[in-house]
Amino acid sequence: MKTFVKKLLGVGITVGLVSGFTAVAGKTALAWEPVKPIQFVVMAGKGGGADKLARLMQSIIEKHKLSPKPVTPINKPGGSGAEALVYMKNHKDPDHAIMVTLNSFYTTPLRQPKLEVDPLSFAPVARMAEDTFVLWVHKDAGIKTVDEYVKAAKAAGNNWIMAGTGKASEDNLLADFLNAAYGLNMKYVPYKGGGKVAKQLAGKHANSTVNNPSEALGFFEAGTVVPLASFTDNRLPMFKDTPTFKELGQDFVYYMQRSVVGAPGMSKEAQAFYQDVFKKAYATPEWQTYMKKKSLQGELLQGDALVTYWKRENEVHRKMLIKMGAIKG
Amino acid sequence: MELLGLLSDGFLVAFEPLNLGLIVLGVVVGLFVGAMPGLGSVNGVAILLPMTFLVPPTSAIMFLAALYYGAMYGGAISSITLGIPGASTAVATTFDGRPLAMQGEADKALIAAALASFAGGTISIVLFTLFAPPLASIALDFGDPEIFALMILAFATFVGLSGDDIAKTIFSICIGMVMSAIGFDIISGEPRLVLFDLIGFQSKINFLVLAIGIYGIGEMMWTIEVSRGDTMMTKVTVSVERVLSNLKIIWGTWKAWLMGSFLGFFVGILPAAGATPGSLMAYGVAKMTSREPQKFGKGAVDGVVAPEAANNAASTGSMLPMLTLGIPGSPTTAVLLGGMVIWGLQPGPRLFVTETEFVWGLIASLYAANLFAVIINIAFIPLFLWFLRTPFTILAPLIFVLSMVGGFAATERMFDVWLMLILGVGGYLMRKLDYPVAPAVLAIVLGPIAEPALRQSLLISSGDVMVFFNRPIAGPITIIALVLLFLPALQVLWRRVRGKRPVEG
Repeated sequence: MKTFVKKLLGVGITVGLVSGFTAVAGKTALAWEPVKPIQFVVMAGKGGGADKLARLMQSIIEKHKLSPKPVTPINKPGGSGAEALVYMKNHKDPDHAIMVTLNSFYTTPLRQPKLEVDPLSFAPVARMAEDTFVLWVHKDAGIKTVDEYVKAAKAAGNNWIMAGTGKASEDNLLADFLNAAYGLNMKYVPYKGGGKVAKQLAGKHANSTVNNPSEALGFFEAGTVVPLASFTDNRLPMFKDTPTFKELGQDFVYYMQRSVVGAPGMSKEAQAFYQDVFKKAYATPEWQTYMKKKSLQGELLQGDALVTYWKRENEVHRKMLIKMGAIKG
Repeated sequence: MELLGLLSDGFLVAFEPLNLGLIVLGVVVGLFVGAMPGLGSVNGVAILLPMTFLVPPTSAIMFLAALYYGAMYGGAISSITLGIPGASTAVATTFDGRPLAMQGEADKALIAAALASFAGGTISIVLFTLFAPPLASIALDFGDPEIFALMILAFATFVGLSGDDIAKTIFSICIGMVMSAIGFDIISGEPRLVLFDLIGFQSKINFLVLAIGIYGIGEMMWTIEVSRGDTMMTKVTVSVERVLSNLKIIWGTWKAWLMGSFLGFFVGILPAAGATPGSLMAYGVAKMTSREPQKFGKGAVDGVVAPEAANNAASTGSMLPMLTLGIPGSPTTAVLLGGMVIWGLQPGPRLFVTETEFVWGLIASLYAANLFAVIINIAFIPLFLWFLRTPFTILAPLIFVLSMVGGFAATERMFDVWLMLILGVGGYLMRKLDYPVAPAVLAIVLGPIAEPALRQSLLISSGDVMVFFNRPIAGPITIIALVLLFLPALQVLWRRVRGKRPVEG
């Protein structure tokens, strides 16, 4: 009974701490430091792509003691990031709220103008990496090059299935690009999560995917799936024999950011603190190994450089969505 | 026997002092995490994940797997004693565990749950040890049409042959379906059914919030109404003889736990399903195959044994696609998968070859965790029973507070606490009007799996429904499901033809 009550009390206290009240951050002449646990908002459910990333960063910060106060992930999975973005926008204590973002950082506000969220209003903390995209087929299809791929997909017409993560998402953009560039009529079937997409291809329920290397890696190592070409500027170190679409004469590169942002209205001092934390986190062996293993690209971008990057990417995504007919011009 | 060699190497790893200590610790923490409403294995594993950076990956996964296991045992405890599902995986355990406790047989229910969990755990680990790689390829063969067929089968077990009013059962399923449609539409990529334009409805209703609302709050209100607050929950005496005589339950219920174990394990293997659907389906099948289906929901021991065996078996099963395919079989394994990334391991078909110590150490630790869990659990039973002897006037506010904290802990949103209260009143009203609640719960769990599977199948087949019939695995499942679904109607028809009125049952 005692333990039970204690347990209950413990949960109550933790919950109280995590929920966060509107406390006034101590303003001293010294460098700014958090005065209570930092909320690390995740725009996905537990176990989702962004969630894994947030928990990895949390582990690194804790292992290297980069922050005097703990970083606590909280999940706001609703509406493809909408819930998390609105939560951040209305946050009463922006100095203690950071968020890990992907490209839905641009696409969700563009697709849902009712949210009245402006990505550029968020505080630039750090772009930790850019994920890459590769075109994959099953090894039993016997396809080795993009030319063979185009031939097979053309012959199959609308029965050629391209599985991807979500609708009007990164994968959908790439599928549309391939259809337009090569005159194909592939059928795009959306799934929830890159792991499920990888499974569709490995189980031959789909003909091709544009998975991130990290999502397809397990099956690639087992020889089940074959990379045909990557949507990058240069060949990926992990797939040296796989050409880029650029080499094949298609001027198309596409990346997915993995960035940390602060809530809109975060003070300059707090921004400086978080920028420092994530700069150190970027340099840790854990993060560097992770980037190498998952075939991630991209330098660390912070402050104004990150804002410039966001401005450019936001426009790129606006144009893409207009082209897809997902939004009006 | 290469397998035995690998397994014994694994045991050597698992029995290292650090690892063994972590396994015991994991089981104990898991028991409490599972028993605390709102803190299921997902939360437990997610919260403790960063701590595991302090130990080697093999020890870390052993600890978390033991926690996962302990939580499966623990979930049953609050389901039976308080009527609040301790974790979403233990919802099916409340259906009969709670009535048993009300009849003064809480000890029987608790021991049955513990033993069934042990049986489910053991059978599934043996299956895992022997057949992991071939089973992984079966999981790959399950495309969308197969998964949808399986979902119809699950619904059919609840509709067909049920003793309840069939019209009310179907209505209850429909309510659940509507609620499961709230949130985000994967096919169109838009939020949908955002009730009253509240941002809280941009994501789907968290299952734990719903389960605690309906079973915690709703059940409490119902008990107060029935008993007018002036009742002792149950008068159980604790004695060694009673415990020993209860251990014999396991022989009388072998059919239920054997079926639950295999079904749970199989459902666990399928990506996206996990232990909650597994235990609900096992409950449905146990009821269907029972000789006394009318007893279910009123305190059938089989109704506790089947879902408890299934949820443990499913938790082992869901590790299989995680390790071999890199696809989580349940929400908890999704978090574990994140852990493997942190530890620098690449899950996938090659893991069994490249990381033998990790894989076989984990498998061996599952055997150990299962054994410890059953021993620790049974040792704690007197404590849980003592708790039950508290008068309901004291217990009721405690249940209320626990439900509130649990509802908040699940998602950390105040919105969900209000939602839980509303759902609790809704659940109470359903019970008052004599609607079965379990089918609605089933629909909410299976709806989000069934719907995308249906739409993806039809998208791939260009709208051709035959895709559910002309595939080698999907076809037979669909046909069995349809037969089960229409069996009650056929029975009525058959009796009409023979000029007899349908018999009650």
